[in-house]
Amino acid sequence: MTAATPSRSRDLDKLLLRPGHLVGPNFEPGPELREDIKEYVKVLVVGAGGLGCELLKDLALSGFRNLDVIDMDRIEVTNLNRQFLFRLEDVGKPKAEVAAKRVMERVGGVNIMSHFCRIEDKPLDFYSDFSIIVLGLDSIEARSYINAVACSFLEYDTDDNPREETVKPMVDGGTEGFKGHARIIMPGTTPCFECTIWLFPPQVKFPLCTLAETPRTAAHCIEYAHLIKWDEVHSGKTFDPDNPEHMQWVYSEAVKRAELFGIPGVTYSLTQGVVKNIIPAIASTNAIISAACALETLKIISGCSRTLTNYLTYNGVEGLHTKVTEFVRDRECLVCGPGVLIELDTSITLRKFIDLLEGHPGLLLSRVSVTHRGKNLYMQAPPVLEEMTRSNLDVPLFDLMDKIPKDIVHVNGMAGKGDKKQSCLRKLRVVFNGIDGVTDVDMAGGA
Amino acid sequence: MIKLFKVKEKQRELAKNANGKGPVKKQSAGELRLHKDISELNLPKTCTISFPNGKDDLMNFEITIRPDDGYYLGGTFLFSFQVSSIYPHEPPKVKCKTKVYHPNIDLEGNVCLNILREDWKPVLNINTVIYGLYHLFTEPNYEDPLNHDAAAVLRENPKMFQTNVQKAMMGGYVGQTYFQRCM
Ligand SMILES: [Zn+2]
Repeated sequence: MTAATPSRSRDLDKLLLRPGHLVGPNFEPGPELREDIKEYVKVLVVGAGGLGCELLKDLALSGFRNLDVIDMDRIEVTNLNRQFLFRLEDVGKPKAEVAAKRVMERVGGVNIMSHFCRIEDKPLDFYSDFSIIVLGLDSIEARSYINAVACSFLEYDTDDNPREETVKPMVDGGTEGFKGHARIIMPGTTPCFECTIWLFPPQVKFPLCTLAETPRTAAHCIEYAHLIKWDEVHSGKTFDPDNPEHMQWVYSEAVKRAELFGIPGVTYSLTQGVVKNIIPAIASTNAIISAACALETLKIISGCSRTLTNYLTYNGVEGLHTKVTEFVRDRECLVCGPGVLIELDTSITLRKFIDLLEGHPGLLLSRVSVTHRGKNLYMQAPPVLEEMTRSNLDVPLFDLMDKIPKDIVHVNGMAGKGDKKQSCLRKLRVVFNGIDGVTDVDMAGGA
Repeated sequence: MIKLFKVKEKQRELAKNANGKGPVKKQSAGELRLHKDISELNLPKTCTISFPNGKDDLMNFEITIRPDDGYYLGGTFLFSFQVSSIYPHEPPKVKCKTKVYHPNIDLEGNVCLNILREDWKPVLNINTVIYGLYHLFTEPNYEDPLNHDAAAVLRENPKMFQTNVQKAMMGGYVGQTYFQRCM
């Protein structure tokens, strides 16, 4: 046995203080490792709902001391059955704040910062501060956003290998009723969320005319109230799924509709479920998925064991099945891929740049449109946009890119030669020659 | 990775505020795909596109359709498109901004077009949707009604349907409903 001071983390010590032959590469066991995890590792938990509550508890008990949690929701009565950090008197309070407080009360020494806001409200700097991001979310949009943020820190070297110090690992959990998944995303190495977005089944969308004319199910009645009746009554006012009054209105209209057609089964929670596309959550599924995510987080950080490669599915619908699949990343992924490296002089105009892409052996791109950080620099079509962007053609690209020495640019056009041309969308890593090591800020200061 | 975090954390303490990267507008994969769709648009002569928020917001745009054939010849119909950040995983949200007497478009502007709902697939694009909308005007159908009354009239009395459409497009009442002129 080791001579380390006995501590609350006695069981954790068995993983962190002893060598082994199943450990990950670069694992250096010892008390220093345990202390470094406490001191230097900052974990961001995104979401403080069913999965988020579990994640905070599990991570706090796994030796992480600096945690942050972000969530924009307030606690509702219907959360209390599984979001076990919340009590009846908490209803109406921000989830992130209450969850942080409760875990800090129970786990001594852990420090949790809460952020009651939308994930889009935080600047990129906020996210870049964390060692690892753990996701307990229920929406594809939110996952896609965090994924894009984490992947935006990733840089590649000239051989298209990811620079280790720019990799922001993510651990993503998700549950739907009896089903769940846990995955790890090492941008540049394992597939990112966007590489495998097809894994998420598209949301079921009923034809509007079925809703209007021939409803057959409770969900049809709810969607009628939500998509058709709402507009009819509240002309111009947008429906807000997070507003309980709006939800209540949709519910009562759905009940009337169901009575009219003799359809049973409309309830308030089904209404929430259908409108927000949420399948009822089960506390134990959350616990299982969270446990897997928390352990993977510990393994990624400490190297005490090899990690999941890279996608675990858990299905308890008929019997119990679990499976691990090693998905491969899309090398041409617009979000996590290296993109094609293009070196340019600062004097190159946008027109020249576009010509250059046509002759570039790896691209052979014609009819090119260019976009940079949400600004459309040039559009081939439609005519109205072509006209608006045409004057950019004779401006140096460096100026159009706000004099950023290296950055990502996306282009699309027709690739290939002759009759084998096909339309494509590519990511480019543009680097301007001769201004190495000069940062954006330095430039502004020196100008 | 712990070694790395340790080094990075120490570096950060040293370099605090030395290198403040401001918030940068994030471009979603949906936006990029839409950028491609838009730059490859090949609109029929009867359709035009406009961007009310300028050239850098492609996620919200408007399509104007002026049918050159059928019941709606001579009318001008405006549609708004709202595209989500996970496009094309999700179809665009389309509304008809012009009040129209049409079996497949209700008075609130909801449109019953299969590829906007149950038959949407990520391989489809904005061009397909615009052609779909255009076809609603050349071939309105009473089998997928959103405006129940209009559908019934089209089915039972196409002549009267024609008259009603004209009345509505010229600006006037059809039954209890007033339509603004759109010719
Ligand atoms: Zn990717």
